[in-house]
Amino acid sequence: MKVNNKQVVLDMRPLDEILSSMPEISQGDLIPLLQQIQSRYGYLRRDVVCEMSRRTKIAVSRIYGVATFYEQFHLEPHGRHTIKCCRGTACHVKGAPEITEAITRVTGVSPGETTDDMKFTFETVACLGTCFLAPVIMIDDDYFGHLTVNKVEGIITNYE
Amino acid sequence: MAEKKIKSLGDLTALAGKISESKKNIKARVLICMTGCRALGAELVANEFREKLSAASLDDSVEVVEVGCIGMCAMAPLVLIEPYDVLYGKIRPKHVDEIISATIEKGEILDKFVVKEDGKPVAKISDVSFYKQQQRQVLGNCGRIDPRQIDDAIEKGGYVSAVKAITETAPDQIIEDLIKAGLRGRGGAGFPAGLKWKFARQAPGDEKYLICNADEGDPGAFMDRALLEGDPHKVIEGMLVAAYAIGASHGLMYVRAEYPIAVEHVKIAIVQAREYGLLGGDIAGSGFSFDLEVRMGAGAFVCGEETALIGSLEGKRGMPTPRPPFPATCGYKGKPTNINNVETFANVPLVLSMGPDGYSSIGTEKSKGTKIFALAGKVKNTGLVEVPMGATLRQIVYEIGGGIPDKKEFKGAQLGGPSGGCIPAEYLDYPIDYDSLQELGAIMGSGGLIVMDEDTCMVDIARYFLDFTQSESCGKCTPCRVGTAKMLKMLEAICRGEGKESDLDELERLGEDIRKASLCGLGQTAPNPVLSTLRYFRDEYLEHIREKTCRSGVCKDLLHYVILDVCVGCGACKKVCPVDVIAGEKKQVHTLDQDKCIKCGQCYQTCKFKAISR
Ligand SMILES: Cc1cc2nc3c(=O)[nH]c(=O)nc-3n(C[C@H](O)[C@H](O)[C@H](O)COP(=O)(O)O)c2cc1C
Ligand code: FES
Repeated sequence: MKVNNKQVVLDMRPLDEILSSMPEISQGDLIPLLQQIQSRYGYLRRDVVCEMSRRTKIAVSRIYGVATFYEQFHLEPHGRHTIKCCRGTACHVKGAPEITEAITRVTGVSPGETTDDMKFTFETVACLGTCFLAPVIMIDDDYFGHLTVNKVEGIITNYE
Repeated sequence: MAEKKIKSLGDLTALAGKISESKKNIKARVLICMTGCRALGAELVANEFREKLSAASLDDSVEVVEVGCIGMCAMAPLVLIEPYDVLYGKIRPKHVDEIISATIEKGEILDKFVVKEDGKPVAKISDVSFYKQQQRQVLGNCGRIDPRQIDDAIEKGGYVSAVKAITETAPDQIIEDLIKAGLRGRGGAGFPAGLKWKFARQAPGDEKYLICNADEGDPGAFMDRALLEGDPHKVIEGMLVAAYAIGASHGLMYVRAEYPIAVEHVKIAIVQAREYGLLGGDIAGSGFSFDLEVRMGAGAFVCGEETALIGSLEGKRGMPTPRPPFPATCGYKGKPTNINNVETFANVPLVLSMGPDGYSSIGTEKSKGTKIFALAGKVKNTGLVEVPMGATLRQIVYEIGGGIPDKKEFKGAQLGGPSGGCIPAEYLDYPIDYDSLQELGAIMGSGGLIVMDEDTCMVDIARYFLDFTQSESCGKCTPCRVGTAKMLKMLEAICRGEGKESDLDELERLGEDIRKASLCGLGQTAPNPVLSTLRYFRDEYLEHIREKTCRSGVCKDLLHYVILDVCVGCGACKKVCPVDVIAGEKKQVHTLDQDKCIKCGQCYQTCKFKAISR
């Protein structure tokens, strides 16, 4: 049997929809465009980015220049759950560094990385805007506030 | 829906009257915060109220309103009940039945849910010290209206100032009033808003742009988010006035990526304002046209800087450009552009309704009006506070904030985030305004106010902020890119106990150089946290260097966890230790292997007998 070594066949429909919803695309639309692509595809897939470049005539180098500048964009797929650990000032003075280390200990990955089994992506963020819960982390849409190092493992192991 | 359009000031006030009239049979309103309180399940509480009220057939006379930040986040989730004006805190769905039957049906106040002061419950929100010391005028509607209903804003007088201005007042007059009122930018530098508008107005060109800076990058600040989520119409109203004054027909609101709810509320507000003809063509029959679009940031602190922000809007890497040219002459798409912060715009309707003299009667000689602070860190009542310019730190931290928890000592307060500085206890009674903060080596910044106590290490704080600015430096100019990295390396060494005394002078020298030579505000202010802690807390630096100790127990490399003789041998620490370095028999004093300890602190936090020291 012949093995198809392309892992996933690229589905262009989301890209078609995004591009057709924006009439005249210029450099100024690049960030909203990338935001939409990321929200539909989960991350900025190389093949999608190249196809988008071909259709919009925005150079691939330019697109990557922008994509790598902003923290929001990621070029690799994310795990099933995203752990966001706040490293804002309020959280820092209330022990965020220890929480960050504890998350790394439990998941085995450092901020910015994804576990091999694709279960968790671990990120740090500048402030979750819930400083009154400091130190606080978010897993997907759930907040866990007033954390202590001891609680971290119990919280994370609850996720499948 | 053409008949919905407002064609004059009269239409608007008539509409406000009609809205109040339609709410006549509302006997009570349950206001539930959906900003920060959302994180603690406020949505479930709101749903429970709706369900139970409708089961009791009270849904016609009692309104459940999802509001913006009520302020006292420490008591989240918060529920405020009108007309009694009683504030309940830490409310869960299971409490809803009791609140309906006692407070809503009979007007009884439930002491167990209200704020206690000196052990006594305080029934009315206006009597709670946290609110009594504040002057909530910009935040006036925040927590009182449904931000997704323009009618709520209009009922409270929203858009009256703007419509009056664009139908009755000449642009130059508005600018003069703003200058006279003394409104200064709330986004950081405190530049007079009226002057900036004047430059943009005078700049040649037919096409001009207006930008609202809602990037709010200071980690630990959430004022702008609260305003946008809680009262977006006030910001839009301010922008409308600005657009008219400078002659812009197109506006952009640049909102931080991490604020999806703010984006949602602003988008709803824009659609609703357009339906009423308060945005779009021929606004309120004035002939003036202005429309607004929302753009989301993509997570780069430097994009809060105005030229970087404009670059980002143009789809580029967000790197600052040298000024001049200033945005007022050459900004977005190369056109004259005026850029202000969210809170600055939210002040504009107030300036107009109070008049320049009324407005400038609040505040200090050179700083007028109020300022919103996000109060967080080691303070009891964390939350959002608005005080007149010139209030003291003591008022904010102690009278409003309720002081430091666990009877700890106040050590300092960081104002202005990574661009600001640390103010020590000796200046607790110093009035806070733009100029006094500058004198003390801090800045007003956007309004983040982080309280620190004896357990906060000032060297670590300086290192923390430098780490932040260094990683957020866009890398365009060398003083900022290389200079901050160099400062950070030295600070890290000091935190590890490997610093030299000469490092301190070197840090100061380097800091001054970076301040002078950097291209944008990021680099120009990045040394501030280091310079201000060196100025006020030099002894802590010296301790790290000479004695290799960190008195606050923060700097890991200088810490040693030791089990003391008072250990009762309960085994709790042994159980939590993730690297199994604690040994000992039950009921015997335990031992800890220093060489293998990773200093995670779990044993220290777990021990109930204070038998572990660090
Ligand atoms: C690194 C850096 C970050 C900034 N971040 C913000 C921000 O998040 N929000 C803001 O309003 N202004 C920010 N500013 C200030 C803006 O450059 C600009 O001065 C401000 O938006 C002007 O508005 P104002 O005059 O109403 O204060 C920042 C400046 C620098 C240098
Ligand atoms: S500092 Fe962590 S939520 Fe703001």
